[in-house]
Amino acid sequence: MSGIPHDHYEPSTGGEKWLHKRLPIVGLLYDTIMIPTPKNLNWMWIWGIVLTFCLALQIVTGIVLVMHYTPHVDMAFASVEHIMRNVNGGHMLRYLHANGASLFFVAVYAHIFRGLYYGSYKAPREVTWIIGMLIYLAMMATAFMGYVLPWGQMSFWGATVITGLFGAIPFIGESIQTWLLGGPAVDNATLNRFFSLHYLLPFVIAGLVIVHIWAFHTTGNNNPTGVEVRRTSKADAAKDTVPFWPYYVIKDLFALAVIMIIFFAIVGFMPNYLGHPDNYIEANPLSTPAHIVPEWYFLPFYAILRAFDSEVWVVQIASFVTGGIVDAKFFGVLAMFGAIAVLALTPWLDTSSVRSGRYRPSFKWWFWLLVVDFFVLMWGGAMPAEGIYPYISLMGAAYWFAYFLIILPLLGVIEKPLPQPATIDDDFKAHAAKTGGTKTVADPTPAE
Amino acid sequence: MRQTNDETNQLPATERRDFLYYATASTGAIAAGAAVWPLINSMNPSADVTASGTVRVDLAGVEPGQRITVKWQGRPVFAWRRSPAAIEAARAVDLDELPDPVDETDENPNLSGEEPALDENRAAGEDGEWLIVIGVCTHLGCIPLGQDGSAVGEFGGWFCPCHGSHYDTSGRIRKGPAPRNLDIPPYTLGEDLQLVIGT
Amino acid sequence: MFRKLALSAAAALALTTGGAYAAGEGGHTEDFSFSFEGPFGTYDQAQLQRGLQVYTEVCSACHGLKFVPLRTLSAENGPGMPEDQVRAYAAQNYEVFDQEEDDYRAALPTDHFPANDTVGAPDLSLMAKARAGFHGPYGLGLNQLFNGIGGPEHIASILTGYTGEQRTQAGTTLYENHAFDGGWISMAPPLYGDDVTYADGTEATIEQESKDVAAFLMWTAEPKMMARKQAGFAGVLFLTVLSVLLYLTNKRIWKPIKYGKKD
Repeated sequence: MSGIPHDHYEPSTGGEKWLHKRLPIVGLLYDTIMIPTPKNLNWMWIWGIVLTFCLALQIVTGIVLVMHYTPHVDMAFASVEHIMRNVNGGHMLRYLHANGASLFFVAVYAHIFRGLYYGSYKAPREVTWIIGMLIYLAMMATAFMGYVLPWGQMSFWGATVITGLFGAIPFIGESIQTWLLGGPAVDNATLNRFFSLHYLLPFVIAGLVIVHIWAFHTTGNNNPTGVEVRRTSKADAAKDTVPFWPYYVIKDLFALAVIMIIFFAIVGFMPNYLGHPDNYIEANPLSTPAHIVPEWYFLPFYAILRAFDSEVWVVQIASFVTGGIVDAKFFGVLAMFGAIAVLALTPWLDTSSVRSGRYRPSFKWWFWLLVVDFFVLMWGGAMPAEGIYPYISLMGAAYWFAYFLIILPLLGVIEKPLPQPATIDDDFKAHAAKTGGTKTVADPTPAE
Repeated sequence: MRQTNDETNQLPATERRDFLYYATASTGAIAAGAAVWPLINSMNPSADVTASGTVRVDLAGVEPGQRITVKWQGRPVFAWRRSPAAIEAARAVDLDELPDPVDETDENPNLSGEEPALDENRAAGEDGEWLIVIGVCTHLGCIPLGQDGSAVGEFGGWFCPCHGSHYDTSGRIRKGPAPRNLDIPPYTLGEDLQLVIGT
Repeated sequence: MFRKLALSAAAALALTTGGAYAAGEGGHTEDFSFSFEGPFGTYDQAQLQRGLQVYTEVCSACHGLKFVPLRTLSAENGPGMPEDQVRAYAAQNYEVFDQEEDDYRAALPTDHFPANDTVGAPDLSLMAKARAGFHGPYGLGLNQLFNGIGGPEHIASILTGYTGEQRTQAGTTLYENHAFDGGWISMAPPLYGDDVTYADGTEATIEQESKDVAAFLMWTAEPKMMARKQAGFAGVLFLTVLSVLLYLTNKRIWKPIKYGKKD
């Protein structure tokens, strides 16, 4: 891997040299684990490890769960109960897997918003960002299909509603929906293919994660200043960085352990808090639950989907211009996917010459408003689509698009950024000195 | 101040650091180990499987000479109320004639130790009327014929069609490739003829 | 007529006080207290056995428990009945269809409680997890965070929530119940007090019976709750130790980087 100049692996013993000539795998692992990493990374840079852990957790628990699960409409629900009642520790494995999905999305949202604040998407890290977006999409597909497998009421009707989105596509939508489901409605064929893909996609994600890491190891990590590591010489680079091992491995593991405390408390004491009670009712194709609500991590986009009904003037214009091809339903679907698409296009929508939000005084406000907007949308997605809620969701959706399509491009032109530090080392020294000063007082050496 | 401390206590500081590293590493290793165990344990037999490890059968309705098959742990168990002729045939056999003259406790868990494969040790009930064996050929796991009274083989017990193993009226291997006598499940048979297979 | 007026007044009130409650979540769930609440709560074995008795003598006439194996009645973290009692209980109370014998026979501990579809009543195996008694406020989920999801409380509230009013609608008799969403339930009041005689001498009031059977149904829905809480507690404790160690290690290895000296 190219990038920041640093010491590479040199095989020393005869055996190492023999292997290195044939397969430089030790060198690859060494360079990956010893990669020079900006030494001023803050606690928002821990989510990558948390995400890697989540992927491993989901794959490992998933493989074991599959050994006891039966993907058939008559037996799926009962086989999940078999896991919960008969399999040794099966209830823990299932709750870890179900809540693991939630932890996965908590981490991915934190990771994405960290990238948005510190401009991690900006050149030269666009490819890292795009790969990340593909991972996010694959995660959503995997989570959605996984939620269908227990074959509860929410599984069934969630699958019906979400695949119905594809039915909104003009002309070919219904054929696509039928093809996706393997029939006119969600049934055994659907369950089986979702099961197959739910098992397959995590490994696709694992592959994408490797490419994601490869990409940012090539460009080097971003950091809270957005200032690049000096590459003029090995010595200069060394001033700005520390090797990933042990400095960030230990730091990230500490953060992971703390997060796992909370995670275990949820799994142990309130494992159904994030789920929906209706999913403990076996799927019944003849009876729809009163409220179909997706899992919490889909809610912001679900709110955007529902916000655009036929009374919104944008929808009416779109319908008029296209001669009715784009109706409210299709517009909602476009808006939902568009909301993710604008996120993916951020590297080209942000015109600012400054990378990190830390040095962008007005950007900060707009950014934090976007965070609030995200939670408002999440809440709006959970509320029934009546009364004032669709209007709140609509405002939320409007801001979401405005942030990416109007505010980001304009801010880069009109905003006057603050001065940035010349090097990462300068920033690190300024911060270390500050915390160091207090530490000397608060940290008397233990009595010897 | 700090510097003085570090300089004067160089060695203890290193030891303390090493101890911390070892403590962290070993706690982490325990965490990893503790995470692996549930995954392995989940593949052990589940509660419904172990619960079906005990099967109760009422043998009171079985006629003399009749053989019945009971499913136990996914395998057939042969229960045979033998005729006096079959018992006599089984008890007339000399141990020297047997390819497998010794039953060990894993072959017959009802024994307290290693015993000769005499019919007296293998049968149950008054006069050894009842023979309870696992109906799985000890050669390669086929199910021997003979439960319906036909195809009982040359020795009147069972005959495995897969590779031609013949079992006698005590379920002992007499001819063919099977290495051992038919295994006997752990069971109790009370006066009331209530057979409990498994523990 | 008066009821209609009252209903529409209530509906209008609901609309004005908050949309969330206008969406049909009219039922009021009383926050009964149960022994298994909270991180250290455990099932009360005597209560589970009483609840089993209520289920057997009352509920099982219409409701099944098809996901619950009878053998689990002897679970230590459950009702904890001796195995011979479970065997007798299964044989006396239930018949199951045996595929191999192609006939009905007395149930064995290895069988499940039978399903019961005779009058279309829902299966109760998972009922305590399939209902949320607590909501909000304002869709924020805080109520569930502090009070739990409210499944068993909801069941007990339904059983104690009958007002005695009934009406006939499209050939079905509905009974007024202020815990039920919409206020009218098709299940006739199942409990009147003294429906069972408890062996341990507990007085069989409607509320007592309701709470006992709700606790029993929580157990049928979540039989491994106690094992889960123990695992969660062990995990939290152990990870706390690991976190402290990692925190100290992290501080130690960063020290020379931060303060520019080696130790």
